[in-house]
Amino acid sequence: MTTTAPPRTGKRTVRKNQPGAAPRTRRSGRLRRISLPYLLLLPALVLELLVHLIPMVIGIVVSFKELTQFYLRDWGNAPWSGLDNYALTVDFDAPVGQALLSSFFTTCLFTFFSVGLCWLIGTAAAIFMQETFKGRGILRTIFLVPYALPVYAAVITWAFMFQRDNGLVNHVIHDQLGLTDSPPFWLIGDNAFVTLLVVSVWKGWPFAFLIMMAGLQNIPREIYEAAALDGAGVWQQIRRITLPSLRPVNQVLILVLFLWTFNDFNTPFVLFGKSAPASADLISIHIYQSSFQTWNFGTGSAMSVLLLLFLLVVTGLYLLFTSRGRSATDA
Amino acid sequence: MRRIRVAAVGAVTLSLVLGAAACGGGGSTDGSGSNEQPKTLTYWASNQGSSLEVDKQVLQPELDKFEKQTGIKVKLEVVPWGDLLNRILTATTSGQGPDVLNIGNTWSASLQASGALLPWDGKNFEKIGGKDRFVESALGSTGVQGQDPAAVPLYSMAYALYYNKKAFADAGVTKPPTTWDEVIATGKQLTKDGKAGLGVEGSNLSNNIHQVFVLGKQHGADFFTADGKADFTSDGAVKAVKQYVDLMADAQIVAKGNAEYSQNQSLSDFAKGKTAMVLWQTASATFAAQGMKEDEWGVVPAPVQSGAPGTGTSTNSMVAGINMAVFKNTKNIDGATKFVNFMTGDEEQKILNKAYGSIPPVKSAQTDPAFNTPGLAVLRDTLAKSASALPQVPEESQFETVVGTAVKELFADAAAGRPVTTESVKAKLEKAQQQMPKK
Repeated sequence: MTTTAPPRTGKRTVRKNQPGAAPRTRRSGRLRRISLPYLLLLPALVLELLVHLIPMVIGIVVSFKELTQFYLRDWGNAPWSGLDNYALTVDFDAPVGQALLSSFFTTCLFTFFSVGLCWLIGTAAAIFMQETFKGRGILRTIFLVPYALPVYAAVITWAFMFQRDNGLVNHVIHDQLGLTDSPPFWLIGDNAFVTLLVVSVWKGWPFAFLIMMAGLQNIPREIYEAAALDGAGVWQQIRRITLPSLRPVNQVLILVLFLWTFNDFNTPFVLFGKSAPASADLISIHIYQSSFQTWNFGTGSAMSVLLLLFLLVVTGLYLLFTSRGRSATDA
Repeated sequence: MRRIRVAAVGAVTLSLVLGAAACGGGGSTDGSGSNEQPKTLTYWASNQGSSLEVDKQVLQPELDKFEKQTGIKVKLEVVPWGDLLNRILTATTSGQGPDVLNIGNTWSASLQASGALLPWDGKNFEKIGGKDRFVESALGSTGVQGQDPAAVPLYSMAYALYYNKKAFADAGVTKPPTTWDEVIATGKQLTKDGKAGLGVEGSNLSNNIHQVFVLGKQHGADFFTADGKADFTSDGAVKAVKQYVDLMADAQIVAKGNAEYSQNQSLSDFAKGKTAMVLWQTASATFAAQGMKEDEWGVVPAPVQSGAPGTGTSTNSMVAGINMAVFKNTKNIDGATKFVNFMTGDEEQKILNKAYGSIPPVKSAQTDPAFNTPGLAVLRDTLAKSASALPQVPEESQFETVVGTAVKELFADAAAGRPVTTESVKAKLEKAQQQMPKK
């Protein structure tokens, strides 16, 4: 995200017939022009500071403190604990570190599958919707419903559907289709991972679909026509024209989906409550539990800082590799 | 040009406003309260009734009464259970909290440690009629022993065994069980045709803690040493947890589906007749809300290992209930103590506890015949004779999380048909103990 300020060459642009452009305002006018973009950016900057940067700095500070229930009220004066929180967090032989590591791997696996499936379904649907056919508008609207619904309401409905004894899912696969010997559990135990994935993909793919549709609008039809004249089939058109043209869109889309999914808190929290089963113990919930359930905010903050570093490195590497061969200006 | 100037001025103004708005927080940290706003109070009530709306209907007339008496207007907010603790934590760190609030009595010591609540020393107790107005067991759950209580008891509850009269009659059970062995024997008689003998709430961390704490007491284990260190792996603690999970894993009188219950589904099951027994605290109001008539269920003291509840030192319930606390940062300290005095007065105690189906922790209010119904007499006697307070240690909240989760995972194992052995129980409790903060 870069903003494009008008190029400044150091020379004033000469405009003809400029009445009232008296020399006395030359200097202040120039100053004003230089400072104007910054002035206009100021509200956004202040908000960004308040909402993101200051809390982030506080979080980093807290990660070096022993902030437990004993110091909550006057947390600014909680004792410094140096690197203790980090030592506890990355001691992978002890339960805290072990649990964090397994939560991290669970999150990686979950993110990989969730983003992959969201992208695949979203792209396929967008390409499919390129053709005009009867009812396309309605279908397109239906596709976007999961994206438009309030997350909490949608996920709580899924949670009801996944209940073992009274849920719709077991009613269909066990009672009606008889696919399982006994009704499986979806909200506790190992299946919780699948549950989480299903809900996450259901929630995420419409966004991919939306972005892909927008991307597809920008590919000129003539290219397809030319390719068709040269005898390219549908598959070849998708492989040789659609996907390469969508590369820039995809880069942003996958990055955004990755960050959202990796940090997703709402879905597991609403599905599983305050203690997610180990198979679906995403890192966001894990950090929440370490902070708010066991009242150890220092350790929770240390985990958050490590997560932030990890995401920064991954995002940096990703941008580095994907923006090769592209000019920096269209990032 | 002018438009640009307007935009720039607007931007600067907006930034200043945003900055100023953000700096509006930050409370005083001197912490003895003041009387800056003597005419208003904010009150966070815990959700006690079947919905937030019910609570408002119960409480508002009483608050109006208080306003008439004192001229102090009380702003009420009913906070759902799931949010209450986090809301209190947030208020503690920001210093922007209510003046008066309800807390789960088991959190007393943890919140006391945070220093957010006004200590109830002798002088403050004087203002509400003295400490000895309250029942001893309820006072036992107001903070660390030997320190001034962080809160005063407001509603008391206790665990009891609720049973479905019709199911018992159909199975020819004439005498409700009093020991765990009898619970299992009766449960096996009643577990048939898709119905289960007993309902549990396997994914509900607090409830898991309440149950295994009582069983621990019965096995002579305390989960914390006398000097406040976590002690989850003693033989008694392991036995207690195993005995509870074995109701599903071994005796199989609990339906497997109960392992994922965390939203009081076990109570709806009971009300619908899907289970014949349930161990719960003060459940009559919930049964009524679920459409179960008062004469359809019976209640007896919760079971013990052997003998009879209340004999010797047998504990068969934790001291459940709600305490009332005053935020140290209050800007109306006198009004706040007046309000606590009002809410713990005889008359209000009768009105409120009747409305919620709980027991007044105030001795003089307990004499009201309304608290002598068969259902409530059991709870009252339990509180008087055989209830123990959960560990009054600052780490109580962590204990609920880690041990409650261990029990939840063991239930998940049992439900999935994996064996629950002494070793597997011990391993889970070992892990839980290592997650506790080092002291």
